[in-house]
Order: sequence, then structure tokens, then C-alpha cells
Amino acid sequence: MIEVRNLVKNYGNVKAVRDISFTVENGEILGFLGPNGAGKTTTLRVITSYLSPTSGNVFVDNLNVLDNSMEIRSLIGYLPEMNPLYHEMNVYEFMEFVANIRKFEKSKFKSRLSEVIELCGLKGVIHKSISELSKGYCQRVGLAQAIFHDPEILILDEPTVGLDPNQIAEIRKLIKNLGKEKTVIISSHVLQEIQATADRMIIINEGEIVANGTIEDLMSGFKGKTRLILELKNATEESISKIQSVNSEISLADIKTQGDSIVASLEYPNSLDPRQNIFDYALENKWTILEMSRHKTSLEDVFRNLTIEGGADA
Amino acid sequence: MHSNVSVLYRKEVSSFFNSPIAYITLIVFLVINAWFFTSTFFLINESDLRTLFSVIPIFYLFFIPAITMGLIARERNSDTMELLTTIPISDSEIIIGKFLAALSLIGTALLFTLVHFFSLLIVGNNIDIGAIISGYLGLLIVGAAYAAVGIFSSTITSNQIVAFLISFLVIFIFFILDKILIFIPGFLSSIFQYLSIDYHLSNISRGVIDSRNIIYLGSIIAFFLLLSIRTLEMRRWR
Repeated sequence: MIEVRNLVKNYGNVKAVRDISFTVENGEILGFLGPNGAGKTTTLRVITSYLSPTSGNVFVDNLNVLDNSMEIRSLIGYLPEMNPLYHEMNVYEFMEFVANIRKFEKSKFKSRLSEVIELCGLKGVIHKSISELSKGYCQRVGLAQAIFHDPEILILDEPTVGLDPNQIAEIRKLIKNLGKEKTVIISSHVLQEIQATADRMIIINEGEIVANGTIEDLMSGFKGKTRLILELKNATEESISKIQSVNSEISLADIKTQGDSIVASLEYPNSLDPRQNIFDYALENKWTILEMSRHKTSLEDVFRNLTIEGGADA
Repeated sequence: MHSNVSVLYRKEVSSFFNSPIAYITLIVFLVINAWFFTSTFFLINESDLRTLFSVIPIFYLFFIPAITMGLIARERNSDTMELLTTIPISDSEIIIGKFLAALSLIGTALLFTLVHFFSLLIVGNNIDIGAIISGYLGLLIVGAAYAAVGIFSSTITSNQIVAFLISFLVIFIFFILDKILIFIPGFLSSIFQYLSIDYHLSNISRGVIDSRNIIYLGSIIAFFLLLSIRTLEMRRWR
């Protein structure tokens, strides 16, 4: 179990992380979400001993990063944001270096190497120089570096940045698979990334945790509205504005004329579904419905609301 | 040798010999030394390595900053520092592994100059082998002291050129101290002389291996290596 307790990290006068606390249970995939510069990387760097906390501490299985850094480092596999690779080495040499420094048993190196090659899809590049590899392959080598010693904890900082959609899908699948047995923290500024991989997410903004929970928790906690867009013919603005007679909770958000049709946006609480009543109302008024589309508040809106507007109402 | 140190040492040595900089500096080192050696050897008919031994410390001024400038600065510049300091290897192991790698390269360079020693053995007479052995020993220890300075410069910046210039400057000060003694007030001159690396080197080269010289050079090495380790540790608290 990882426990971050009252972590504060300042760079000079800049407060990167302001007193955050959270725990990650064994076998959990935690998504760490936030806009760029929110303090994600700084938090991960403290957990991995790259930086020391200004105050507070991080505990991993009753060890803490201030006193037991070496033990914790050997439990963790870490893929930093700036995927660090020795470009003068080939992939094999790099894996050998990583294995040796992790004191991986020499007799098991070959078999573990072929496992990792299989897992990370490195077949065919193992004897290539790292400097010749594409961005996607570099990222796989970075991941191979992180998982080589079969760590209990895997920390991945923005693992899919700069990859193409196919590679992103592959890496996500790989992370999901690894997460079946391991504790994983994956950070990203892309919501879909976290949604696709994590069991639980922590949203961090300006160094503070603004939300912590499962995707369902976050959605239900957020009182969002549904937006319904109607494109109508044979309607008048006047008759549309009386749509509240269907249900008083419906409000008219926007209305505009497009050629000989009218586009109206209605808003109502997520708990409501008045679409059938609206249809009946349209029939009554002899409107022709060209389009009726519903836009539910998405997690994206929750995220934007929490991080950009800094809304504390979630 | 501690296993972490040896893993890092092997990585450094192989990356030295994978980069053209090592070969270029080695070749320049050897060519210049060969010229200085042969010119006196044939012109003045001297059968010793004195000229060689007096030229190598001057060449060290450029050679050692060149091979040490990237040791830490390059790791920082290419973000591999984040890998190196989050795997289970301590800051002191990092510095010592890299220091030993630099020392090996210096040793290799010195080894190549043995060719002059062998030509001396063939054609020369009255060769003072003891003086030659102590000369090489002195050069190796002084090389180690300069390498420690070089590593320290490399830890305080991520720019290799800056690292080169800083270590050049520090080494130059150590080198020049006993050559400017005439400008120094009398009561300070013995201090300046004691602080000069060249003064200790010339003692060792004369075959007088005094504990004072060894302690002095040993403390220079220890001082700069410790300073490098501290600087590396401080980075975590920035």
C-alpha cells in the first residue's frame, strides 16, 4: 500500500504540491489526472525518491521515502515523463544494465528478457541502437525498463504522450493487464486515458486534490444538466419559448434561426427525461422535427469544471 | 568492488569507448606527447622521460576536463538522471563509479605513453627505472585529483561546456600556484606552494614519495568527491 501523507513540495517560492494526502491500495490502478503543471509529476517524483518532500512523507508498506529510499526504489518500477534512455546503448545492453543495477539474478535474465520482449512488443528491435528507434518503440523500451524486475508497484508518468492511436490502445491494454497483479499509478492530463485504464482517479489541480473517487462516484456527485438540441421546421420562436409548459424544469438555453429551420437548445436536470413529452408537444404544434440530440454532462465536463473553473461544488 | 559501482563503472567505460570524444582526446594526447618526447629524445639525446612527465600535467589541463565534463552533466541534460537516481543505487555509488571510469581512461592514456618508455629501454642507457615508476605513479594520482575536480564541475551544471570551463579553471589554479610564487608575499608562499598540485607531483616524480604529498592529493580527491556527492543529494531538495 502506498500512503502519501500531507505532502508539500515547494520549488523556491513556487508551491508545486500543497499538502495532499491519499492512499493507493494493493492491486489497484490509480489514475492521476490533472492539467499540465498541476503537480502530478512532482508528486510521483517524491514517491520515487527523485525529489525529497518539503514536508510530509510517503509510506510504502511501512517504509518511508526519507529513511528507506533504497528499499522503496527496489519495490517500484518507474517510467518518468521524459522517458530516460541511454541512446548510445542498444536495447539489449540497456536491459542488461537495468537488470544488473536492480540485482536481477543473472541465471534468470534470458528468460525474463524474452518475457518482457513479448509483453512490450520489442521483438525485432532488441539489437537495434536506441537512438534509431521511433518514439513509440522508445516508449516501449521505457516501459520494459520499468517492469523488468517485476516490481510490486508500477508508476507511469504520462506513458502514452506522443504515441499514435494504435500504440496508445496497445499500451493501455498492457497497463490494464499489468494492473491485474500490481499496484499501478498512472498519470495523465487526458481524461480518456484514465477512464480507459484506472479503477479510481484522483484529480489534482494547482497542487491540491480536487476530487478522489471512482468514475461513477465523480459523475453522481456532480449535479450536471442534460442539453437537448432540437432542429425544427414550421415552428415559431414564440411557440418554442412556451416549451416550459411540458415541464417546468426545462429551460431554453439558446435559440437561433438557420435558414428556414430553427435550432433550439434546451436544458434540464440529468434526472429528467422529457423527450417523449417534447415530441408530443411538437406534434401538437405541428412542428417537423429534423433533429433531436441529447448531450449528457460527461466526465470531461466534470474534469473541466473542477480544474479550469476551480469549482468546489463537486 | 561494490556491485552497483561496478555495473555503473562498466556502463561508463563502454560509453566512453562508444563515443568519438574519447578517441579524439586520446589520439591528440598521444600525438602531442609523442612529439614532445621524440623531439628531446633525438635532439638532446636525453635518455629519460623528464620532458614527457613535465608535458603531461599541462596536457591534463585540457584532457581531464574533456573526459569528465559529461559524466553527470550529460545524464542531467538527457533526463537519464531521473532513471539513475530512482533505481536502487546511492549517490555516492554513482560518483565513485563514474570517478573510477574516468580514472581508467586516464590510466589507458598513460599506458599508451609506455611506448616511449620501451623505446627508451631499447636505445637508452643509464635509465633510472625507479624514477620512471614514481613518475607514472605521480601522474596517475594527480590525474585522479583532477578527475575529482572534473566530476564536481560536472555535477553543478547540466551544460558540458560550462563544466569543462569550470574544471579547467580550478585545475589551472592548482597548476599555476607554485609558478607564481615570486609574486606572493613571503609568509604566504609556503602555503601557496603546499596547495599547488604541481609541487607535490614534482616531489613524487623525483622518487621521494612523502606521506605529506600523498595525504595532500588524497584529501583533494576526497574533498571533491564528497562535494560532488553532496551536490547530487542537494538536487533532491531544490
